[in-house]
Amino acid sequence: MTAPHELGTAADPRTAIVLAGAEEGGSLGRDAWRRLRRDPAAVVGFLLVLLFVAVAVLAPWLAPYSPTDTPGQGTVTPTNIPGPSAEHWMGLDNLGRDELSRVLYGARQSLVIGVVSLLLGATAGILLGLLAGAFGGWVDNIVMRVVDMMLAVPQLLFAIAVAAMLGQSLTSVMIAIGVTNVPVFARILRGSMLAQRGSDYALAATSLGVRRRSVVLRHVLPNSLSPVIVQGTLALATAIIDAAGLAFLGLSGSDPAVPEWGRMLSETQRFLASAFHLAVFPGLAIVLAALGFTLLGESLREALDPKYRR
Amino acid sequence: MLRFAVRRLMQLVPILLGLSILLFFWVRALPGGPAVALLGERATPEKIAQINRIYGLDRPWYEQYVSFLERAVQLNFGSSIRTQRPVTEEFLRLFPATVELSLAAGIFAVGLGIPLGYLAARRHTTLLDNLSVTGSLIGVTVPVFFLGYLLRYVFAVKLGWLPATGRQDSREFLDAAHPTGFYVLDGILTGNPAAAWDAAKHLILPGIALGTIPLAIITRITRASVLDVVHEDYVRTAEAKGLLKRTITRRHVLRNAMLPVITVTGLQVGLLLSGAVLTETVFAFDGVGRFLNLAISNRDFSVIQGFILIIAVIVVVVNLLVDIAYGLVDPRVRAR
Amino acid sequence: MRPGTRWQHRTAVRALAVTAAAGLALSACSGGSSTATGDTTGGATDGASDATFIFGGSADPITLDGAYVSDGESLRAIQQIFEGLVTSKPGTTEVIPNLAESWTTSPDGKTWTFKLKSGVTFTDGTAFDAAAVCTNFDRWYNFKGLQQSSSISYYWTTVFGGFAKNEDDSLPPSLYSKCEATDATTATITLTKASSTFLSALSLPSFFIASPKALTEFKADEVSGTADAPVFSGTFGSEHPIGTGPFKLAKWEKGNQLVLERNDAYWGAKAKIKTLVLKPIADGPARRQALEAGDIDGYDLVDPSDVQALKDGGYEILNRPAFNVAYVGFNQAIKPLDNPKVREAVAYALNRENVIKTNYPEGAQVATQFMPPEVFGYAQDVPTYAYDPAKAKALLAEAGVPNPTVEFWYPTDVSRPYMPNPEANYQLFKKDLEAVGFKVTTKSAPWNPDYLNQVDAGKAAIYLLGWTGDFGDPDNFIGTFFQSKQLAWGYDNKDLQALLDKAEAETDLAKRTADYEEASKVIMTDLPGVPYAHTQPSLAFKAGVTGFVPSPTSSELFTDVTVPAK
Repeated sequence: MTAPHELGTAADPRTAIVLAGAEEGGSLGRDAWRRLRRDPAAVVGFLLVLLFVAVAVLAPWLAPYSPTDTPGQGTVTPTNIPGPSAEHWMGLDNLGRDELSRVLYGARQSLVIGVVSLLLGATAGILLGLLAGAFGGWVDNIVMRVVDMMLAVPQLLFAIAVAAMLGQSLTSVMIAIGVTNVPVFARILRGSMLAQRGSDYALAATSLGVRRRSVVLRHVLPNSLSPVIVQGTLALATAIIDAAGLAFLGLSGSDPAVPEWGRMLSETQRFLASAFHLAVFPGLAIVLAALGFTLLGESLREALDPKYRR
Repeated sequence: MLRFAVRRLMQLVPILLGLSILLFFWVRALPGGPAVALLGERATPEKIAQINRIYGLDRPWYEQYVSFLERAVQLNFGSSIRTQRPVTEEFLRLFPATVELSLAAGIFAVGLGIPLGYLAARRHTTLLDNLSVTGSLIGVTVPVFFLGYLLRYVFAVKLGWLPATGRQDSREFLDAAHPTGFYVLDGILTGNPAAAWDAAKHLILPGIALGTIPLAIITRITRASVLDVVHEDYVRTAEAKGLLKRTITRRHVLRNAMLPVITVTGLQVGLLLSGAVLTETVFAFDGVGRFLNLAISNRDFSVIQGFILIIAVIVVVVNLLVDIAYGLVDPRVRAR
Repeated sequence: MRPGTRWQHRTAVRALAVTAAAGLALSACSGGSSTATGDTTGGATDGASDATFIFGGSADPITLDGAYVSDGESLRAIQQIFEGLVTSKPGTTEVIPNLAESWTTSPDGKTWTFKLKSGVTFTDGTAFDAAAVCTNFDRWYNFKGLQQSSSISYYWTTVFGGFAKNEDDSLPPSLYSKCEATDATTATITLTKASSTFLSALSLPSFFIASPKALTEFKADEVSGTADAPVFSGTFGSEHPIGTGPFKLAKWEKGNQLVLERNDAYWGAKAKIKTLVLKPIADGPARRQALEAGDIDGYDLVDPSDVQALKDGGYEILNRPAFNVAYVGFNQAIKPLDNPKVREAVAYALNRENVIKTNYPEGAQVATQFMPPEVFGYAQDVPTYAYDPAKAKALLAEAGVPNPTVEFWYPTDVSRPYMPNPEANYQLFKKDLEAVGFKVTTKSAPWNPDYLNQVDAGKAAIYLLGWTGDFGDPDNFIGTFFQSKQLAWGYDNKDLQALLDKAEAETDLAKRTADYEEASKVIMTDLPGVPYAHTQPSLAFKAGVTGFVPSPTSSELFTDVTVPAK
């Protein structure tokens, strides 16, 4: 959907192949780490991600109110929703709750959605990719046709379809977003493995009489994973944005009292003119969190790509 | 080349067959059903049963599937339960709007993205470069609908520069004819340049909202790809030969750097169709995306099945065309 | 957002009319006293202009053939093009004459003789007469196949039950028997039994009179396509809707705009604007911004949170009279709601005033019973349950379940006139329930169809719902809810059902009123749910727009609307 992972890697198999062909030599990890530390974008990304995770974990200690408390009860009406003040740094929401507390608690939900949907999508995608990459031939053919099928439906439609079927719950949102990740991961891992299998060391191992399964599991797979890791980081950003898109289309977790950024953002569209703060803060939170993961993922990719070793 | 194209076209068959099965079972796995969707608050079990009988939804699933498939092959997806008009007709009516919007978004993304990416690469590590990189990163992280609301609020409501909704101003151009459904083109064809300009103005805000993510992607890929190429040996050779900078740019850098850009641009089609669901809803723009969103929430089975299948065909065919174009330019792909 | 779109307006905006006053009109008019609406508005053409008025609705009409629709947006357009034998007095639900100048009923209440206005023509030039009236009634009565689907001929099946040949066992015998054109201006309609709702139903656009010539010529009844994918193939409803109304169809760009133009040959007061454009804008914020950007001149279904800002911005806000009820429903088939003490505890626990203050626009009032005060039969002395959390806790303790677990449902993707933001109502109510010891499990689903489906199937224990009146008749409120046992309520009070049956058949208005008052008291004692709000849905207009009279049933005409010159 609103997909940063179209950024050259994901949807473009060719880039993935180019990328995968790049992994060679044992010093790669150390090398990459060194370059990553020097890259300001990576540092900013890392800090944003750290902040996001810290807020998610520490929300109960950081937030001045519970996300369901209504300190503004009695003062808030549809046409009077107080903005930021000394007492409520981000103002009150339309039910008289403290917006800052809700934004802080919202990080938890967004993190959970991101991580779980990523795990779901990546696991399924990696299994499919592994199947295709390891066996090749007709297995590969069938798997890739399934993947093509999933890619033929625009991602957002796909997620809407899945979420509509599973009903309204956080689980179905996570599954819906996870499912859209499946074909991407499958394609990347497969492409990467195909490239690795053709690489010199794999050919060498095979010619030395090492069994195929062992070549694949011990050599090809570990070396094929780095584009998957990059994609994983980027998918976390996408998940947060996608959750917002789904919330806008009316598909989100069941309990509206549990704060979630995407939902807060889409719900408060109706207050855009009268209470602008309700749209700004969750919107900003989404952009910053997604930016963090995107910066980190992009830097990671550059660090792992020997083309950028200049 | 022809064999490549034919082979790729053949791959469409299993994709569509698989998709039709998937869709067929998906709509039947949805909670509720069209009958309840039609009746709303007033649904009673008797009325639901009656509607299911009329639409044949009480027959065994395989009969329904076979009849669905038979009709689908003839591009007959039945009619929308919601609007009572044939699905194919609805699609044809709405498709020009979405194409027009996508084109606007595409022009915005490509027209701005390529020069920006190129300049960023040529002025690598300068302020401009950093700005374009940061901008494109932020561009992909702003939710489309939020951007749409902001644009509309600022430029239509606060500043009043552009219209907020729709495709043509009803007050000024009530009688504007729309023979093709592409409003800008219609304005030109019917000799009404003012109407064409009005339709174009209606495309600006939704076009920007929809085009922002592709813009970010295209800027980045252009920048990366130009950076790659300028470090290639042949460019250094050309520079060593003392060729004019302009010649190098035109003959070597741009031509080679454009390959991945073309690919990525082609791949944005699916993305644009996704984004169209959100953008068209935000701007009350009567296109395929908005209609499909309404169909899904109203359990309009025939529309969902028909539209998704047609969209899948379009996405696959466009990707195929991109591949063929790519293959024509780059012989390495053909060998695959 | 959003697609507050849906079709929600299927029921949100309806036109029907009958109230206490209408009930009176029913007997009064049989004497033959009447005034035509044309006369009351002066029949003047002065003020006619070349102006265009653009109005934002939430969706496109489905078709302009009134017999096939029940959604508000279709009805809104049909209302401008066609006319019925009767109509409702602007701004009320009182039935007044329209194409029929007067009428009489036989003593047994089955035979209705309508004296028609003469000299009226359809916009295709053919004359409106008794034969045309009978052609229309016979057309509806003889619907077959798909036309009998209750989603297509909703109002016919609701008011008249069945058809000449019922093709489905679930359809009851028809209330309609026959129509005879005694002479050009006298139509006699015979019913199979006396009905207290027949006359008022005739003010619904679904029973407006169309040109018989156009119906035939443009194949209004033709259905083609396959059995499981039927299509209405005629062009009557899409291109050639021919009626007698103040406007006629100019062009319809589906999904984009419906353009109506003044019927210059109209028999009554001619429209003051030349062109009326109805634009579908599904998204609520988009409608508001379209008004602010000048794309449109007015719109329906204003979000409560926008009301003040629009007033501040110099826009005109008009409210429809409250004609709805929002309630928290209980399903007594699900424990612990079978226990009256638990239901009472919920009633005492809910802070209804707070919900109305926080989430509703001005003009909303706390409900005490399942019908709005505007309807006759509204009881003044029903048992009330003022907010009292301590009492709620005590009741739960008494019931032996201090911490009952309940599933509480709310709909998403919807904004109803009686419930502009269900999610917001839900969150406040949930908090109230938790405060007195309830353990609340949240359940939600998209309004249409999932939510309604679940609630109607009796799956929801506690749920948010409401109702907008079709008829200004108590039967259309509490009769709809409680006259028979429904899964959603799991409430089965035989005495109450008998009382409601008796009230429906009663012809004496005073007795009927007393019966419904009694019924409301019984209901609020049994407490099948907690009614909490009646609202006044708002419309917004550009400054200087005049002549729009909001109607409780949304049956508004644009005839007298004027727009200020630029």
